[in-house]
Amino acid sequence: MNNVMAVMRRELKSYFLTPVAYVFIVIFLILSNTFTFYLGNFYERGQADLMPFFNFHPWLYLFLVPALSMRLWAEERKSGSIELLMTLPIELWQAVLGKYLAAWLFTALALALTFPIWITVNYLGDPDNGVILAAYVGSLLMAGGFLAVGSCISAATKNQVIAFILSVVACFVLLLAGFSMVLDLFSAWAPQALVDTVASLSFLTHFASISKGVIDLRDLVYFALLIGVMLYANAIVLELKKAD
Amino acid sequence: MIDCQNLVKHYGPLLAVDDLSFQVEPGEVLGFLGPNGAGKSTTMRVIAGFLPASSGRVTVCGYDIATHATAAKACIGYLPEGAPSYPEMTPRAFLDFVADIRGMHGDSRRARLAEIYGLLHLEHVLEQSIDTLSKGYKRRVGLAQALLHDPQVLILDEPTDGLDPNQKHEVRELINAMAKDKIIIISTHLLEEVDALCNRAIIIAQGRILADDTPANLEARSKFHNAVSLRLADNVALEQIRKEIDALGDVERTEVDANANRLTAFPAPGRMPLRAISELSAERGWEFAELHLESGRLDEVFRTITGGAAA
Ligand SMILES: Nc1ncnc2c1ncn2[C@@H]1O[C@H](COP(=O)(O)OP(=O)(O)OP(=O)(O)O)[C@@H](O)[C@H]1O
Ligand SMILES: [Mg+2]
Repeated sequence: MNNVMAVMRRELKSYFLTPVAYVFIVIFLILSNTFTFYLGNFYERGQADLMPFFNFHPWLYLFLVPALSMRLWAEERKSGSIELLMTLPIELWQAVLGKYLAAWLFTALALALTFPIWITVNYLGDPDNGVILAAYVGSLLMAGGFLAVGSCISAATKNQVIAFILSVVACFVLLLAGFSMVLDLFSAWAPQALVDTVASLSFLTHFASISKGVIDLRDLVYFALLIGVMLYANAIVLELKKAD
Repeated sequence: MIDCQNLVKHYGPLLAVDDLSFQVEPGEVLGFLGPNGAGKSTTMRVIAGFLPASSGRVTVCGYDIATHATAAKACIGYLPEGAPSYPEMTPRAFLDFVADIRGMHGDSRRARLAEIYGLLHLEHVLEQSIDTLSKGYKRRVGLAQALLHDPQVLILDEPTDGLDPNQKHEVRELINAMAKDKIIIISTHLLEEVDALCNRAIIIAQGRILADDTPANLEARSKFHNAVSLRLADNVALEQIRKEIDALGDVERTEVDANANRLTAFPAPGRMPLRAISELSAERGWEFAELHLESGRLDEVFRTITGGAAA
């Protein structure tokens, strides 16, 4: 665990040594507020909750999280520092987990910095803070899912642009897995069971119930499994591709 | 000890290392020599545990690098080719990270870090991002990282590439001072480095070992081995002298560089012409600006062994 923490600390430090951290946080805050107030009709709805705020998170993450995750491994591979990291006495999973946790912690920080909107809604009305907390948890879990997908894809290439584009596409498919747009691709030929499985993979469906304040064990398991599987795949991809 | 048995490494269809076997014992400083693309870095990457071997077995400090990688890596200090690191970090933060992973704590950690800063003269650049350091300083940071935990096994891929002559000298001193009870493998294109550092040299080309011997024995393979080289004050008598030296039984043939007034006498097989030549010149009263015995030229041996073509 010490090694995981060491890798995580180093990675986090690097975020703040480059403009990545600041750009990400500023853009995240600006966009999340813009969406909430202009597109979400925060005031006009006349309701004391943060639905318009959280409803846009999946779409925000769709582009911002891959921008964060694209460099995770692609950059190490490009600069050759992966050779250094992998010849230090740590296990592969420790490196994968450490870097992933750094990115996740960082998005948690960005998310935490949206707290003024929570204060605002409490000032304006009398919201159900339990629901809001649950929605924050859901949002963080969803970001974690996106990040795990992005991290895995980033391990497969040296090129950050490719990592970004592929991650956006993969996350987009995962987001919309429950919608006819994706399901139609399957329903024509696949058995109903498979279609249902695909549908059950949708980020949006799982996020929607959490953001309504319903923390269902199945949703938590879904995100935990997704993250676990993706990080496992991440380690395998690294093992195979680190030499190229 | 490092034990490398029938090591083979493919990159896809390309055979980079072809059935290498060798052992290195503590106290040995092994130099890897070979033309570009010979497979030196690849071999080092396998030993350091970065790349899995396609076949064969490597054990370091008694640990199989394939099955007990972490334990093996703990006793290795490795400087990868090009000394990669995290460019946005400062040397201080970077070395702190390595010390974390190496499990160093407390006072001994602080003392060792301070010692390493001093050894590699990093004090002035500790707070500057590695990105903005000169090439030589980047290399020193890489060396610092490899030496930090005072490892039993050191694997250094072109450690003095990019260093200024003073630093080159100091790094060699550093390696020499550590060499006594450690296992050190360095790769280099600087043949004088092999003389200065190594007590064993392996010449590799196309993934195969072509020679494995001490530098002195390798030099003995040179046609210059035991040759006598002399320089005259002026070239008036050069041709005359050449004829007389050529006639000596110990001398097989001579070469003359008329512009430099230099004459080199190559020995007949197994002979040492120095004595005969110096007696002859005393007899004739020749005056030389310079006269010396060649021990052999590693670069010439290198070219002969590796066929000159690939290099
Ligand atoms: N990641 C890789 N993918 C494919 N081929 C590679 C890779 N790395 C090295 N090679 C090839 O393997 C061979 C050996 O390369 P290696 O880097 O081990 O040579 P080297 O002896 O260190 O050369 P140099 O003196 O130039 O450093 C070369 O033909 C090289 O092109
Ligand atoms: Mg090399």
